[in-house]
Amino acid sequence: MLELTPKEIMENRHITINPCKTCEPVGAMFCALGVENCMPHSHGSQGCCSYHRTVLSRHFKEPAMATSSSFTEGASVFGGRSNLTTAVKNIFDIYDPDIIAIHTTCLSETIGDDVGNYIMDLEVSDDKTVLYASTPSYEGSHIQGFSNMMIGIMKYMTQKAAVKSNRAAIFPGWVNPGDDRELKRIAGVMGVDYIYFPDHEGILETPMTGKYKYFPKGAGTSAADIKALGTAKKLIAMGHITSSEPAEFLDKQYKVPFSLIPMPIGVKLTDKYVMALREISHQEVPQTLEDERGRLVDLMLDSHTYTYNKTAAIYGDPDIVYSFTSLCIEMGMIPKYVITGTPKEEFTRQVSALLKEHGIDTGKCVIKADTDLFYLHQLIKNEPVDILIGSSYGKQIAKAENIPIIRMGFPVLDRYGNTIQPTVGYAGAIRYVEKITCALMDKVDAEAKDEDFDVVM
Amino acid sequence: MAELQRKNVLGEREKSILTKQAGVCSGTGMKCDTDSVSGSVSQRACVYCGARVVLNPITDAYHIIHGPIGCSSYTWDIRGSLTSGEDIYRNSFCTDLRETDVIFGGALKLESAIEELMSKNHPKLIFVYSTCIVGVIGDDVDAICRHMSEKYSIPMVPVKSPGFSGNKSTGYRMACDAIMQVISPYKTDKRTGGINILGDYNLAGEMWIIKNYLAKIGIPVVASFTGDASYDEMIKAPSASLNVVQCAGSSTYLANRMEEEFGIPYIKVSFFGIEDTASSLLRIAEALGNEEAREKGIRFCDKETGKIQDFLNMYRSNLEGKKAAIYVGGGFKAISLIRQFAFLGMKTVVVGTQTGKKDDYEIIESLVDEDTIILDDANPAELEAFMKEKEADILVGGVKERPLAYKLGIAFCDHNHERKHALAGFEGVINFTREINESMNSPVWSYIKECGL
Repeated sequence: MLELTPKEIMENRHITINPCKTCEPVGAMFCALGVENCMPHSHGSQGCCSYHRTVLSRHFKEPAMATSSSFTEGASVFGGRSNLTTAVKNIFDIYDPDIIAIHTTCLSETIGDDVGNYIMDLEVSDDKTVLYASTPSYEGSHIQGFSNMMIGIMKYMTQKAAVKSNRAAIFPGWVNPGDDRELKRIAGVMGVDYIYFPDHEGILETPMTGKYKYFPKGAGTSAADIKALGTAKKLIAMGHITSSEPAEFLDKQYKVPFSLIPMPIGVKLTDKYVMALREISHQEVPQTLEDERGRLVDLMLDSHTYTYNKTAAIYGDPDIVYSFTSLCIEMGMIPKYVITGTPKEEFTRQVSALLKEHGIDTGKCVIKADTDLFYLHQLIKNEPVDILIGSSYGKQIAKAENIPIIRMGFPVLDRYGNTIQPTVGYAGAIRYVEKITCALMDKVDAEAKDEDFDVVM
Repeated sequence: MAELQRKNVLGEREKSILTKQAGVCSGTGMKCDTDSVSGSVSQRACVYCGARVVLNPITDAYHIIHGPIGCSSYTWDIRGSLTSGEDIYRNSFCTDLRETDVIFGGALKLESAIEELMSKNHPKLIFVYSTCIVGVIGDDVDAICRHMSEKYSIPMVPVKSPGFSGNKSTGYRMACDAIMQVISPYKTDKRTGGINILGDYNLAGEMWIIKNYLAKIGIPVVASFTGDASYDEMIKAPSASLNVVQCAGSSTYLANRMEEEFGIPYIKVSFFGIEDTASSLLRIAEALGNEEAREKGIRFCDKETGKIQDFLNMYRSNLEGKKAAIYVGGGFKAISLIRQFAFLGMKTVVVGTQTGKKDDYEIIESLVDEDTIILDDANPAELEAFMKEKEADILVGGVKERPLAYKLGIAFCDHNHERKHALAGFEGVINFTREINESMNSPVWSYIKECGL
């Protein structure tokens, strides 16, 4: 496995090998799936839509529905207007969504399709919405595509209102349905009335009923809620890189003040979320939540000797990697390699600041954005780590170097049950502290000599 | 109810769907091999996808995607083609074009990328896939490949596969052209008496099963396209006496070119199901005029068929009378599956392909019972409507169909690249039977039936 990865590291490569990101449109598609009665539409070649649906299906183990403009040679020469017009008509006729959320692709962007204008010329009945976001695959990563679609949806749907409501708004960033449930639960426990956007709970994790609905009833952020986002008195936006631009948009357009916090993973970052909620509801933290936190800390204490000073390589999307870095630090681990494929230099600055804050010598760690898993493998070949934490694509390195791997983030293609459970909150941290500790302990067991092999650990 | 569900079918799609009538063939023919309708949730992919799936299993080739990152990410090590040699193909190489490259051109980046690979490793063969925007921004990938090929004296083959330039079948042809570019310089009049296997991708090790059978009956395999293929093996292909084509959709074009240019005749085969496996082995021996192999083949197939009879009888009682829906890529596979289901006493009630041709649909129509729904390039709404209408018990399909089938409370068997057990040959019959039995008879269905199904 991966035998040809050379140890010697080549700086400033022009070739990306084994990417740690994918393209913008899939982020836009995922985001739009979190809106009630909304059909994501890919304005480009058929393959894009097919690939995005496939990767979403493989990650969530659910059907992921989206339509395509199905570009042909003609469309790429004369523009995709007629494809889009036909598509919109067909989508309303056959699937009957309330909203069509169009995203562009590298092709439609490069040939200069003015989707905004095309949409204006469409005849759409008053109760339907056709909106769009620009998501050229040659910029950013899937994370940027997600943010762009959030902004696109708000641009078209959110309305100005004279009076502020009593509700808050929550932007969870790129999370799984299990996280959506947990984040909403915590907000509820903290007495906050909120608009939650986007919301995949009940969409990419529909309960088994023997029936399949393209648009599960009551799931996803409703059009009414999106319209009302501008009236929110306060916004909690999670994940600096995913949610900052959408949060700034809402602030600029509708004067909704926001607190931008990291994805709430682990003790400290979940505390931040709880505190942000408390600022809104002015409610004391209820005992149930205190107890959850207490159980998490208790678990970390019980297991700390197995995690202390263990080195980790954490890779994946910038916000979740940042927050997992924080969790690892809380567990006494050393985040030796912290990388993302997303080309955002803020990531490097933020993670470095986090490490410094905890007195970790950044000189001994590698923190890098806009890089790939080939680079991570080279680093590991030079100095190995005790555990890998990231997407399924790290499993090749894990096998090649005999390092346990904990799957988190996107995509997890080779395990079941992941996306319906939380990663965030105290409950998510309990889940991951268990996973990480078990993986490290399993290795101790597997490699123990008979005389050292112990039932009690 | 059926009518209600059928309203979900687009008018433009009506000619791509037909219902088998009693005793007659429709005659009007199936509208197929056309572009998908804009705005439908098509299960189809694109030209690049077609090219990539055919070439990807070449184990020691460097597959460089020239374009933005997505096309490289989505095709990284997902096809389940196994290797007995190198595993370079399990990496993902991409020029990861950015905005500045789109404005100023990506040619320099591609050149640098190739130089970097050449400086660290010793590739024998490089494929450069140009995706959607490369054609639009005008990078001269042909010239770069030619230049680099001369500089390093290895084949670097451009695969022009912008997604919009046709459908997946176009991509298959692009891939076949690329293969021809690699092997054409080794054209020879010498004939070894061996065969090339075309259109098998060694999913779950199926190529090894077939090669093993051929070895047992004394037929040498020269090269395989492209399951477990390597450069050194590929270039020997022109010396084969016969090509056998397993996945007709992807490889008939290659077989035709090899026939025209190298004078190698071909036959279409299928190793799915007992009947097809046995008849294919014998037909290969016959086509080679190898009487000894034919006789060995008869004995071998009798023996193997005999071995699995008890097994099949045991399972047949479980499966008899169940209804199957089929939605696969090519027509030939659909045909094999209909036969296999019939063999198990099951009835095929819905059958569709992504890229089937008119001939395939004619054979399909002749094989199925009346009222069976036959459809080309189906979308999930159609699949759902017809599977429900026909009360299918199991769907055989690919990755995008699995969750849909499960949601509808229908069992599922992956006959695409996510298959984990070989489905070819006699072993494949056992695995296939076991797999559909497992999926249909899992205890989990008892909870789902509670949902009122």
